[in-house]
Amino acid sequence: MTQALFEKIGGEPAVNVAVDIFYRKVLADDRVNGFFDDVDMERQAAKQKAFLTMAFGGPNNYTGADMRRGHAHLVTRGLNDQHFDIIVEHLGATLRELNVAETNIAQVAAICESTRKDILGR
Amino acid sequence: MPEILLDDKAYTGADGETVLDTLTRGGATVPSSCRSGVCQTCLMRAVEGSVPAASQKGLKDTLRARGYFLACQCTPTGTLRVERPGAEAGRLAATVRAITPLNREIVSVDLECLDMGDYRAGQFINIFKDDTLSRSYSLASTPGVDPHLTLHVRKVAAGRVSGWIHEALQVGDRVAVSQPLGECFYLPSNPEQPLLLLGTGSGLAPLYGIIRDALHLGHRGPIHLYHGSSHRDGLYLIDELRTLTHEHANVHYHPCVSREEPSGDLRRGRVVDVAVGDLTGLAGWRVFLCGHPDMVQSAKKRLYLAGASLKDMYADAFIRSAA
Repeated sequence: MTQALFEKIGGEPAVNVAVDIFYRKVLADDRVNGFFDDVDMERQAAKQKAFLTMAFGGPNNYTGADMRRGHAHLVTRGLNDQHFDIIVEHLGATLRELNVAETNIAQVAAICESTRKDILGR
Repeated sequence: MPEILLDDKAYTGADGETVLDTLTRGGATVPSSCRSGVCQTCLMRAVEGSVPAASQKGLKDTLRARGYFLACQCTPTGTLRVERPGAEAGRLAATVRAITPLNREIVSVDLECLDMGDYRAGQFINIFKDDTLSRSYSLASTPGVDPHLTLHVRKVAAGRVSGWIHEALQVGDRVAVSQPLGECFYLPSNPEQPLLLLGTGSGLAPLYGIIRDALHLGHRGPIHLYHGSSHRDGLYLIDELRTLTHEHANVHYHPCVSREEPSGDLRRGRVVDVAVGDLTGLAGWRVFLCGHPDMVQSAKKRLYLAGASLKDMYADAFIRSAA
């Protein structure tokens, strides 16, 4: 079913377009861009691409443990629910710009939601 | 814990440690430079055991097939017996043809390397002082335009390779160099695209090669080069670059100084600030960056937010060694 969502959104080409829009929104938002400081841009964009692929229901091999490990240092720096919500909002706005149907955007948001506990280390 | 065997000595790896770290921690001498899997200085060969694919990324298939890998990218899962690369593994002989001062701290070094074959302006080579010590330098020369390979070498305080180049190297000397490496170069795919080249200090080297390569390949879109230094005396090739702007109406040269009042037509400020102030909206631009890694990283972000795409930004991905 998630594979179907990935195809509906447009597969990998759509992810590439979405990453560019999404990452710009995130970096321009002072409420969250502090968490994206002093990182290698390419590596960061590659991570965003992996994240979006997963959120779009595409092929990925993320585990909850990876999510925890990957965000633990950000949780130490104060990453919380509000930041999480802002990122999901930016993702929704990105998909709206790309004319993705609201039902599919809701599915993407649900996939993101399923990672919240791991990302916030709870 | 994986064991690394080298020269009949065993080195025990810690959890998640790279072969390079394990060997270096154990006192073995392994040449390395960028530690990011780019410069290929830490090339080694596994004669027993298998290495992860990630440690062979970017290597020629002939080297991969013979078990060569990058020690800095190799986190082994089992025991490995390794060797230092043979002299044949990617090292070429070159002859020094000229050494010319460009300013107070940078010399240009011309090398003739008959075995080099094709290279792209903007790529880099490693130059070996001896078997274990090497550094990466960008090529400032343009194939089809310049007869030799040219490097711009800044004298680094206590720099073992740059000190050797500045003080000991003589015209006529033979040195070992690597194959050309790196992905920071011009492709003639879109000759109308505007180009932005940003560099500081000896980071001008690849940009000087790229700008002349682009023109040589018939680039027609506007080309803006911003070269920065803290002070006027850190700039170089000023006359050559001005001549280029007279010969090509699409070339614009902006020398910048960040820590003194500019004289003449110099610009005041850091290159990225001056460029972003001049050029509104970088969507669709192709960008080349070279200089201190901090400058490159922060410039990438600024230019990205100013509209440039990451896929259209080219930079030396490696961190230059301090000494």
